[in-house]
Amino acid sequence: MEQAIMNNLGFPILSALIFLPIAGAALLLLMPRAKESLIKWASLLVSIIAFALSIPLFTNFDKTTHLMQFKERYEWIPSWNVTYYLGLDGISVLFVLLSTLITILCVLISWNSIKTKTKEFYISILIMEGAMIGVFCSLDFMLFYLFWEAMLIPMYLLIGVWGGPNRIYAAVKFFLYTLIGSVLMLVGIIVLYFYAGKTFDILELMTKTYPYQLQFWLFWAFFAAFAVKVPMFPVHTWLPDAHTEAPTAGSVILAAVLIKMGAYGFIRFSLPLFPEASKAMTPVMLTLSVIAIIYGAVICLAQTDLKRLIAYSSVSHMGFVTLGIFALNSQGVEGGILQMINHGIVTGALFLSVGVIYDRTHTRQIADYGGVASVMPVYAAAFMVFTLASIGLPATNGFIGEFLIILGGFAANQWAGVLAATGIIIGAGYMLWLYQRVFFMETNQKVAGLNDVNMREIITLLPMVLLIFWIGVYPNTFLGFMHESVRHLLERVNTGSVHEINIAKNIMEILK
Amino acid sequence: MSNYLLIPFLPLAAFLINILLGRKYLREKAHWVSILAVAGSWVVAVMTLGDVLSGKTLNQDLYTWIVSGSFKVSVGFLIDQLTVVMLIVVTTCSMLIHIYSVGYMHGDNGYYRFFAYLSLFTFCMLMLVMANNFLQLYFGWEGVGLCSYFLIGYYFEKKSASDAGKKAFIVNRFGDFGFGLGVIMIFLTFGTTYYEPVFGQVGGFANQTVNFLGYDVHLMTLIALLLFCGAIGKSAQMPLHVWLPDAMEGPTPVSALIHAATMVTAGVFMVARCNPIFSLSETALMVVALTGAITSLFSATIGLVQNDIKRIIAYSTISQLGYMFLACGVGAYTAGIFHLYTHAFFKALLFLCAGSVMHAMAGELDLQKMGGLKKYMPVTYFTMLLASLSIAGVPGFAGFFSKDEILWMAYSGPSPVGKFVWLIGTIVAFLTAFYSFRLIFLTFHGKFRGTHEQEHHLHESPKVMTIPLVLLCLGAIFSGYVGVPNLIGGIFGIEHSNWVAEFMKPVLGHPEGHGTHSEEWMVMGISVIAGFSGIGLAALFYLIKTDIPVKLAQQFNAIYKVLFNKYYVDELYSFLIVRPTIWISEKVLIGITDAKIIEAIVNGVPKGIGVLSQQLRKVQTGFLQHYAAIMAAGVLIIIALMLLR
Amino acid sequence: MVPLNWYLMLSTVVFMIGVFGFLTRRNIIIMFMSVELMLNGVNISLISFSHFLQDMRGQILVFFIITVAAAEAAIGLAIIIALFRNKTTAHVDEMTEMKG
Repeated sequence: MEQAIMNNLGFPILSALIFLPIAGAALLLLMPRAKESLIKWASLLVSIIAFALSIPLFTNFDKTTHLMQFKERYEWIPSWNVTYYLGLDGISVLFVLLSTLITILCVLISWNSIKTKTKEFYISILIMEGAMIGVFCSLDFMLFYLFWEAMLIPMYLLIGVWGGPNRIYAAVKFFLYTLIGSVLMLVGIIVLYFYAGKTFDILELMTKTYPYQLQFWLFWAFFAAFAVKVPMFPVHTWLPDAHTEAPTAGSVILAAVLIKMGAYGFIRFSLPLFPEASKAMTPVMLTLSVIAIIYGAVICLAQTDLKRLIAYSSVSHMGFVTLGIFALNSQGVEGGILQMINHGIVTGALFLSVGVIYDRTHTRQIADYGGVASVMPVYAAAFMVFTLASIGLPATNGFIGEFLIILGGFAANQWAGVLAATGIIIGAGYMLWLYQRVFFMETNQKVAGLNDVNMREIITLLPMVLLIFWIGVYPNTFLGFMHESVRHLLERVNTGSVHEINIAKNIMEILK
Repeated sequence: MSNYLLIPFLPLAAFLINILLGRKYLREKAHWVSILAVAGSWVVAVMTLGDVLSGKTLNQDLYTWIVSGSFKVSVGFLIDQLTVVMLIVVTTCSMLIHIYSVGYMHGDNGYYRFFAYLSLFTFCMLMLVMANNFLQLYFGWEGVGLCSYFLIGYYFEKKSASDAGKKAFIVNRFGDFGFGLGVIMIFLTFGTTYYEPVFGQVGGFANQTVNFLGYDVHLMTLIALLLFCGAIGKSAQMPLHVWLPDAMEGPTPVSALIHAATMVTAGVFMVARCNPIFSLSETALMVVALTGAITSLFSATIGLVQNDIKRIIAYSTISQLGYMFLACGVGAYTAGIFHLYTHAFFKALLFLCAGSVMHAMAGELDLQKMGGLKKYMPVTYFTMLLASLSIAGVPGFAGFFSKDEILWMAYSGPSPVGKFVWLIGTIVAFLTAFYSFRLIFLTFHGKFRGTHEQEHHLHESPKVMTIPLVLLCLGAIFSGYVGVPNLIGGIFGIEHSNWVAEFMKPVLGHPEGHGTHSEEWMVMGISVIAGFSGIGLAALFYLIKTDIPVKLAQQFNAIYKVLFNKYYVDELYSFLIVRPTIWISEKVLIGITDAKIIEAIVNGVPKGIGVLSQQLRKVQTGFLQHYAAIMAAGVLIIIALMLLR
Repeated sequence: MVPLNWYLMLSTVVFMIGVFGFLTRRNIIIMFMSVELMLNGVNISLISFSHFLQDMRGQILVFFIITVAAAEAAIGLAIIIALFRNKTTAHVDEMTEMKG
């Protein structure tokens, strides 16, 4: 069976997207360190070209098929049957676009706030972009794992070098947390490789069926990697530290793209590879998701640090995503994917906004703010839009995602739906309270006389505002990408049959 | 269709223009955009009324909003009798209040912002009433809540105002929690969220039960009660009424438009719209009726003792909304909507008059510091007096007809709690008359009790404010004549004088009361007597023997205190919900789960490895000979092993 | 002809002298010389085996060892001189920088 349709653009667009930023980073390496503005403009240009290059993915995508598109395949390490295999389907295509867009905004928001080691900073961001796109495009497990781990390095540097006072702790914590999970996944990948006849080809692996016992163990091995990235309760504690200490651009990438990879992994790998195990684990996953939703939301109420609050709100929102995914119905999964995009946009935008004001005041304490709306009205308006999207007001993107997820979650398990809905109440509580303490009430001495957003910052925030309303008012543009892929995925999950085979025998075969 | 689109989208356009250009370019001229837009909407709404009167209704989708699997919902419009009544109420009130605001908000810093929000509100409210499916209803529902949040917190520098806005939003979210689940239940039951197929199929599910969270419940009761949760929040019924009095922190035109005439009535509209669902569940109807009745009594008693002019009217609003729910709960949806329609006029008028008084008093709200304003502001006085007569149910005024309709339907209807809620309704009618006239007498009669400066400042409001007052006053008097009871109409030889009931019949049905004419006269008589005795008692207390209220307050100090502190509901919520949640967050989740359990493991494992390696490093002595000796020993062991093998 | 065992015994004796010298002496130069002794002990056994087996590879290896030992001696002595300049001692017990 032909698993993928060929690239209809006539040139290897995905490779170009992955390696353009990396080549750009190499180019930056050659530039003189002293010419900061040249470095900035060059990285902006590279990120804009990458974004422009990704637009054909949006316009030329064939929404009527679940097959992989824009496919590329070359031999890489023939002796191990490792290939360089790229492709996109309706689940992954939007994330590539999100990554390229977010990178531009990250370059823009760091324009004046990164004052040391500027060159290395932009190199890290561009390498990050290439690795992120690589993760979403890979159809070969070895390649996937390569990009997956490659992402850690620039992020580790971003936090560890340009972060806040406690940056080393946060960076090491982030690195180890994610690495431990990833290594377990690597074990899972190798087991799969040997079990399925020495292939890393993800599409081929997906056509096979695995005995339940094997599925069960592999599900948890992959879970370790994905749950940490999401992050799900109870492995979420790296996120607040990483977000708080990271520079603005780091937080934005982390929130907008990096933590999406966990949920993406669940959809791309866990569900189709281990359908029976996924179905059997649904109660556990739904429980963890609901705990994350409520836990993350309640904990936000007592935060005193702007970035920490938004970080914990990510835990809550990503709980919605995993809830939707493991609802295992089309509303849930599509809502989950859309909510991943939404969360990328909204939380990314919130971190961008925090960055805007942090550049001016150099404090993250909520108590240091107050009355910002009087001094910075345009900024306040933009932040209000992000707040509203975050609490899921209809006509913003947050509503579409959360509604579909709660609908799907409720259909799958009534308690999950009902409890998740309480997260929305608490969500309104902490976000509005945050907004009140920062923007309303009497003007705090520390914010008096601040300048409103300038043109660069407006350009940074505006795409997010537009996307929020675009998805909120006409989500079908984006949902349309997913229908076929999600339908195909759910067919695979819901019709899979269990083959009970003696696990010991299999392990022996694997080890041989 | 395209004409009807103008109704909501003109205000939306005005909002966009004002919010984008207002701060820099429009400034003092911002009102023109909004007023023209809403006037345009009003004109089209009136034309729509003409269309509907000639029998043209419409149910059409604009575009598909969300598609996912079998779930599909559109942005679409339903124009029928119920919609058109709401359209007229919303656009008329909105237009007059826009005009009034030109005077009231004159010179304010956020002038453009105010008009932008008002327009956005009008847009959302119109989307709400024109929706043809539950999800779009939900869109409007949350949208008006958002505008309410913006406008309550309009003076955001004040902590109390921003608190009140936040409170309104969050309390409403509690209601919307149920409402959202209701919509989901509807989708899972009917496979669609469009009104037409849902209401069409509803009969087939009449006696079905469903398992909800482990309990077997009657399906229609469940859906109706979940939806009603939303109405409780939005229409400020017990126990979610706490936000509305606080909402008076907003500018007065906002209180008039949003927290009296239109938004808070959305709950009543929704219940009326979903009458096919509610009618199938006796339990749900009973809950609606009792909630309405108890709320109306409860808030009327609070209204008796408050001193803040706007809060009194706010409690009166809660009380009147309770009345409307009472009507819906006894199956008299038409009566509920009729009361909604008359109430919009006289309540908006009351608020605008209060705004006019505040304008003259430089923002003073305390009744005890007013008095004798009659001679300074005659227009305000007369319009407010007429509005109060209307709310008190004096025959001939709009409020009389709608209130009488409700009480008669409660008394004579089939509802098992009908007689009980009728009794409460009558008591409330008495209390309403009392506190309304307490307000009038304390404000406009007697001697001025404020400071000299304030007295010097007293003046009638400008024409741009008084003309809307007069226009609304006409509504408060005459709007009731579309629904004159057939009993009274019969005397004048008019058949079907209860014209509004006939009009609404296709949507809401029209249950007939089962009682004799003499009973109907009795019900009417009792309510009129209740109204007049309320007015009379207020006159006695506040005009003739002004020392009685103080003595009563002293004698029944405990009751007075409970009433004055609004039954301590806010304190109760703070004690039961707000503080425990934050306590759990701080002390349990952050303090124990995150810090003591998860982080203990996360930081503990590396720490354990660290301790272990601390021990291991002692092997590394630094003496070369030690290393060499260990190496030699290792070699010997290896050789030994090889030899022994 | 001298039997192979004798050569091997000589080789063992030279190697063991080197080992004991390395383990017991504290002067770094002496220890260095002991290492050279060990290398030469190994060289003797390699050459004797080479002769016994009539295989030139053993002798080639010895040439390698001698070359490497020469290079090592040069580098090692240079390091020792550098150390001595810093520490003014050649006593290894006073060089415990590697203590964990």
